[in-house]
Amino acid sequence: MATAAPSDADRPHSGLPASPEAVVVRFAGDSGDGMQLTGGQFTLSTALAGNDLATFPDFPAEIRAPQGTLFGVSAFQINFGSREINTAGDAPDVLVAMNPAALKVNLAALKPGGLIIADTGAFTKRNLDKAHYDANPLEDGSLAKFDVLAFDISEKTIEAVKPFGLGNKDALRSKNMWTLGLALWMFDRPREPIHDWLKAKFKSKPDIADANIAALDAGHAYGETAELAGPLKQVHIDPTPSAPGLYRTVTGAEAVSLGLVAGAQLAELPMFFGGYPITPASAILHHLARLKEFGVTTFQAEDEIAAICAAIGASYAGQLGVTSSSGPGIALKTEAIGLGIMTELPLVIVNSQRGGPSTGLPTKTEQSDLYQAVYGRNGDAPMPVIAARSPSDAFEVAIEACRIATQYMTPVMLLTDGYIANAAEPWKVPNPADFEPFPAQFLTEPRGEELLPYKRDEKGARPWIKPGTPGMMHRIGGIEKHELTGNIDYSPDNHQRMTDLRKAKVDNIAVPDQDVCLGETSGKLAVVGWGSTYGPIHRAVDNCRANGMDVSHIHVRHIWPMPSNLGDLLRGFDHVLVPEMNTGQFKTVLRDQFLVDAQPLTKTSGQPFQIAELEREIGKFFDGVPGNEGGQVPANDQQLPSTDGGAK
Amino acid sequence: MNAPVKIETTLKDWETDQEVRWCPGCGDYAILKAVQRTLPQLGADPANTVFISGIGCSSRFPYYIESYGFHTIHGRAPAFATGAKLANPDLDVWLVTGDGDGLSIGGNHLMHVLRRNVNMQIMLFNNEIYGLTKGQASPTSREGTKSPSTPIGSYDHPARPAAFALGSGARFIGRGFDVSKHLPDVLKAAHAHKGAAFIEIFQNCIVYNKDVFNDFAAPKGAEDRQLWLENGKPMLFAGDTKGIALNRETLSLEVVDVTDGDWETAGVIVHDVTNRSVAHMLIEMPFGPFPMALGVLYDDPRPTFEDAVIEERKKASEGKEANLAKLLGKGQTWTVSGTAQDPV
Repeated sequence: MATAAPSDADRPHSGLPASPEAVVVRFAGDSGDGMQLTGGQFTLSTALAGNDLATFPDFPAEIRAPQGTLFGVSAFQINFGSREINTAGDAPDVLVAMNPAALKVNLAALKPGGLIIADTGAFTKRNLDKAHYDANPLEDGSLAKFDVLAFDISEKTIEAVKPFGLGNKDALRSKNMWTLGLALWMFDRPREPIHDWLKAKFKSKPDIADANIAALDAGHAYGETAELAGPLKQVHIDPTPSAPGLYRTVTGAEAVSLGLVAGAQLAELPMFFGGYPITPASAILHHLARLKEFGVTTFQAEDEIAAICAAIGASYAGQLGVTSSSGPGIALKTEAIGLGIMTELPLVIVNSQRGGPSTGLPTKTEQSDLYQAVYGRNGDAPMPVIAARSPSDAFEVAIEACRIATQYMTPVMLLTDGYIANAAEPWKVPNPADFEPFPAQFLTEPRGEELLPYKRDEKGARPWIKPGTPGMMHRIGGIEKHELTGNIDYSPDNHQRMTDLRKAKVDNIAVPDQDVCLGETSGKLAVVGWGSTYGPIHRAVDNCRANGMDVSHIHVRHIWPMPSNLGDLLRGFDHVLVPEMNTGQFKTVLRDQFLVDAQPLTKTSGQPFQIAELEREIGKFFDGVPGNEGGQVPANDQQLPSTDGGAK
Repeated sequence: MNAPVKIETTLKDWETDQEVRWCPGCGDYAILKAVQRTLPQLGADPANTVFISGIGCSSRFPYYIESYGFHTIHGRAPAFATGAKLANPDLDVWLVTGDGDGLSIGGNHLMHVLRRNVNMQIMLFNNEIYGLTKGQASPTSREGTKSPSTPIGSYDHPARPAAFALGSGARFIGRGFDVSKHLPDVLKAAHAHKGAAFIEIFQNCIVYNKDVFNDFAAPKGAEDRQLWLENGKPMLFAGDTKGIALNRETLSLEVVDVTDGDWETAGVIVHDVTNRSVAHMLIEMPFGPFPMALGVLYDDPRPTFEDAVIEERKKASEGKEANLAKLLGKGQTWTVSGTAQDPV
């Protein structure tokens, strides 16, 4: 598309300017090359330099895929700049390729005119064969439309660590640090934080720490001193203007864990976390396992089912039960979720979504568990569902999940995804004192003459009675129960009432009104998102608005129940476009709940949306947009939902 | 953990106002009474006692005991009980399961609660049939059991609950049957054991598998067919005229005749509840050539899971302050000052 104002996608491509607004760098190498580590440390130094940033770790499901192969390529992309950054960037400006396979897999993403930094030492005949290259792309002219900086990083690394007496194989393990050193020089980043990190990481092996520091310094010095005419030059990026305060970087998995700890404190409850290893959810178990001093018990169960059942058992006994998994594991937990709904006990279920169905794409991101979250249980089993939109947002959303679970005596599902779980962004450290506490209440004596474990409060919640409380003995279970006593009751009227009460309780959960995060509250087009599509939608809508398009961005946190004003809000727009990384699940829920003509924009490639593809789709709704004369979507608010998948 | 306070109760105190819905004549009634009779003898406190069950006839048990009760989902009771015990180790937890619930759908959880050694009593009601679903063969049904799902007889090899429990790492194995007058003694021993105590209770399903245990449980001739084990006592039965000896050549048990009460000469062995190898042989003793081994077959405690979890949490928290504000600001941070850069 051609637009008046520059977007991320169509910035000039004549190499990097000396002071760009934002830069996208992708580090790519073999799974064993330490690219995630390199990216993580580059992220830290970038954050410390005061730039806003977003990252996208993209790695294979295999732990150590065969060396040099195409499917063994691991990449880490970072977008950083002096302005607000919403996504990890559509296309890299700089590609660091540690071997031929990394080049081959990632070249298509690179911007025309972008810079390739390649290690010639790894472009051996053997590696070229493994990457299915007939000729060396660094030499055959096939990279003519890019800037190429190719030299023997392997050799230079071996040279740099020679004084430490390491064998070649060990020496080459520092290759990533050499490369990181060069990248630090390129973007004028301090080395000290990385020095400190290496010293701490290899505390018990000071030799290894020193070797890595030497490699890092050598890479940095190479940039500084090499008389290189051509593409290598230092780029300066100003710090991003940000609200004053203390900042750190945070991944979604960290933010969820911290939010759960905060939520349990606000509820004044110890937390019990039942988990079972699964990608990409395990990181939450790992984080919480180190926070025992906060009254956290972590339990690695024998399977996903036991993990949730133990969490429900802990909630039954008076703690805040939490479990976490990804799609296939959530499927296994489904029956127990139903019991949590039936017995009306608090429970937080974190679903870090990944590509499905079945095992699907364990390390790739998707939003295709929305139906599973909202509808995926036997019986009429209503459950609140909320979704985090970014790594830092996950902190607040986790607190909200704890609040709803304990205040309404219900399981709550918190949706994140592989992208949010792994990606890092700067985070203004919140002050726990700013959050309103919501202390859990336990019933210790009957409210009237008789003990009625299912008599509801004004919110529709039943009392929480801990075993061990004298005089309050009662029985609960998954069988339909009397609406007051909780005793087994199969009678038709009672089941009707209990079904209605369970539904009403969840329907009436107090959810804040939906706001419009960018643009007007009515107009031509609303782009409605949920979860991790926040970044690309926000940037795309911002760019389109700069081009004069009447488009607003609405991002929904409360998936179920939805904000009560959402229907009216959507009806104020001629069109509603719902981009999501599935086949249109939220679109269907919106249509069902509000009878609005929500149009889907779907993607299930395992990769996040790119800003440019969203801009292209938004543009189709507007007349007079260059390249879109007449508009492909008629501006007719009476338009009925199309049957062919809409505006896709 | 606090020392449990002994409470004075009677059998009546443990009865609920709920109508018991088992079939008339079901062995579950006898087990219910045995438990209700045992609890006062233990000085158990109804407010601190929790019965947790899965799904099946046996799993309706909690509704009929005046204590806390949680009727959960099929096979998963051990996981709920583990969570409850970790949240509140002071609770006195009784798990109620059956041969289908505990060994089929819930075999995995039963294995892990035993190996972890979570302190609770696990009663497995073994009636060798699926009762609540109307009589299909279960994992403990004997080969050839005719049922709606096995019309010409089952052909899979039955699981042996006590052997499964021992193999899973259980440190207490008891056995009894529904109408036995000794059942309360087995329950008491299980309760006294600190750790996961596994009790296999043979239970007569009078509708779908009637009298399947009569070969050893019928009152007539019971002496000859039941070996009630007592720690430190010789393994005698049939009015002390027979005993169990160890054949040292084949390393297996054998039945020997005892004349004039001289069991020592006959080579009868003395029951040592901590002897795991002999416990294994007693469990595997085929009924027919041998009597059915009943009572406390094995009892050798080791540290419990919840104690280990508490210990670990204590160690991990040592010298650490639970300061959330500090935790949030942990790691490498940077400060944006209000004067140098204005908020946008």
